[in-house]
Amino acid sequence: MFESFSIVVFLGTAIRLAVPLVIAALGESITERSGVLNIGIEGSIIAGALCASLAALEWSSIFLGMVFGAIGGGLVAMVFAVFVLGLNADQIIAGTATTMAGLGFTGAIYQARFAATGSVITLPVLRSFEIPYLGEVPILGPIFFQQSITVYFVYLLVPTLWYFLFRTSWGLELRSVGEDPAVAEESGISILFVRFLAIMFGGLLAGLAGAHLALDSGTFIENMSGGRGFIAIAIVVLGRWNPVSIAGAAIFFGAASALQFLFQSSGSDLPFPLFLMLPYLLTLIALSGWFGRTKAPRSLALPWPSKSR
Amino acid sequence: MKGHDAWVALAVSLLALLLTVFLTTGALVLGGYSPLLTFQSLLAGSFGSLDSFFGVTLVRAVPLIVIGLAVTVAFKSGVWNIGAEGQFYAGAIAGVWVGLNVGDYPSYFSVPLVFLSASVAGALWALLPALMRTRLGVGEVVTTILMNFVAIHLVSYIVRWPLQEERGVFPNTDLIDESVRLPTIVPGTGLHLGFVVAVILVIGLSFFFSNTSMGFQLRAMGGSQEATRVSGRSSIPQLLIVTFLLSGSLAGLAGGIEIAGRSFALYEGLSPGWGYTAIAVALLADLNFIAVLFTGIFFGALEGGAGAMQREAGIPATWVAGIEALVLLSVLASDRLFRRLLRPRRKED
Repeated sequence: MFESFSIVVFLGTAIRLAVPLVIAALGESITERSGVLNIGIEGSIIAGALCASLAALEWSSIFLGMVFGAIGGGLVAMVFAVFVLGLNADQIIAGTATTMAGLGFTGAIYQARFAATGSVITLPVLRSFEIPYLGEVPILGPIFFQQSITVYFVYLLVPTLWYFLFRTSWGLELRSVGEDPAVAEESGISILFVRFLAIMFGGLLAGLAGAHLALDSGTFIENMSGGRGFIAIAIVVLGRWNPVSIAGAAIFFGAASALQFLFQSSGSDLPFPLFLMLPYLLTLIALSGWFGRTKAPRSLALPWPSKSR
Repeated sequence: MKGHDAWVALAVSLLALLLTVFLTTGALVLGGYSPLLTFQSLLAGSFGSLDSFFGVTLVRAVPLIVIGLAVTVAFKSGVWNIGAEGQFYAGAIAGVWVGLNVGDYPSYFSVPLVFLSASVAGALWALLPALMRTRLGVGEVVTTILMNFVAIHLVSYIVRWPLQEERGVFPNTDLIDESVRLPTIVPGTGLHLGFVVAVILVIGLSFFFSNTSMGFQLRAMGGSQEATRVSGRSSIPQLLIVTFLLSGSLAGLAGGIEIAGRSFALYEGLSPGWGYTAIAVALLADLNFIAVLFTGIFFGALEGGAGAMQREAGIPATWVAGIEALVLLSVLASDRLFRRLLRPRRKED
């Protein structure tokens, strides 16, 4: 009885920890499907966390926190878009700069606004609530249906994005831009416009992921994104650019972190860093093609128009 | 042609710095700080006295220069090594392990051994992404990022389990023995021999890339892999592996130098993201080895002066991270704008 209880807690925690990862990774997967590798989403996540904190503090509203978090993430992604699409700068360098700028300036703004007071920010906290009926299902109920609103948002987002990508003409256009922009342009698609929308969508979701981080923990800490932008990029690879598999891959990463909490709270001396390492090693193995060929969008990270380099 | 390029590069960097100063001033005014006081205290903290220049700025510059060289080698040859952070940690792990276990030998034996093991470890850390790129065609951006995380968690394991300090309380290793530490070169400051090593590396790499056949082939590959393939004179996979290993060993060596020269122990967060800052160091230098020496010192001054800026102007040290990002964004912007202006003329030659 006790055993099953702790497994329920463990899996529930895994899902909770996976939420920001899956939201950011889903956004990044759409960006990457258009052929753009945005390694600056770490910057969007931390900006989302700060904007969500400021908004939630100002209006004591979780909802407005989420909205402004997403907007903050989108604004940072817009900087990336200006460099990559407007100036045709290299995506990797522009992404690195975006991440550095996001981490640096959120820290600076936070310090300017709060450090003088010396107090910790206390925000309204995301609460979990039970979905009627579903939440009462034994074992599965507590794991999947006694969670916060962001978790339920993910349940809707995954199938929606899957449908969008593989069953709508817009999804087809997006994928064709990522696979072969030259051909897509010939069929009348504006490459830069599609990529701009894809980058902005990725930024909005990364910002939302940041908002979740802040509102789930009830506070803002400098660098609280903790490399999740980079982890999300790994998750996209492990999930092979498919929303459903991405959700699975994110839960796997979430479970590795949940193990750490489990070990530490139970006073176990098992080396938790080695478990935290596992998902990255698995992603490397997946990239090597051990589970079948993992194919990235063909024009990923390449400049467009390609001649001007 | 070559001279022309160098002038363009210098102009791009200077314009970028001007842009950075302009943007930083704007940000500071918006934040309600005095820009003048900020720049003054930043300068005083990094160049104001012997100790601040040798003991703070140059000490801070050493890892940035050496990792900056690692990034330069990679980017120049067309390899997107974003994994310098992980390779640095691999080198630091090997360096501290050798440093703790080498036993009682004279410095001229133990210190080179630390350097050697750190370089080898860094190179090995880059080997997997190298093989994945050459054998399987998997791009190195994601794989090197993944290896960074593996390294960071490995450090976290090592300082809590196998190499934890004797009492088993804190997450760090014991201090390495005096005989394994680098001597200071400016008495009374913390400036250690690592700076000399960095300067030698700058000169050596500069010579290697401009005067040897291998250096020429690497540069050619960075310019256009297609041309190298068509010319058929050099094997691209081999050149790629050489690039990865050279870049990784430099980043790893930086880890060894940091252990033997400054920290004397390994702990989590030994590098505050130098692997990424070094990308800015390399790009501000326009991937020129000699220039990396100066841009490394420039970033060292920024990070070193941050403390004084916080104390004297009341500006949080985190602003420096923002300024560093502005430098990189300004370099990108001015580079793209300059090259765009010059493009029509380039087509003629």
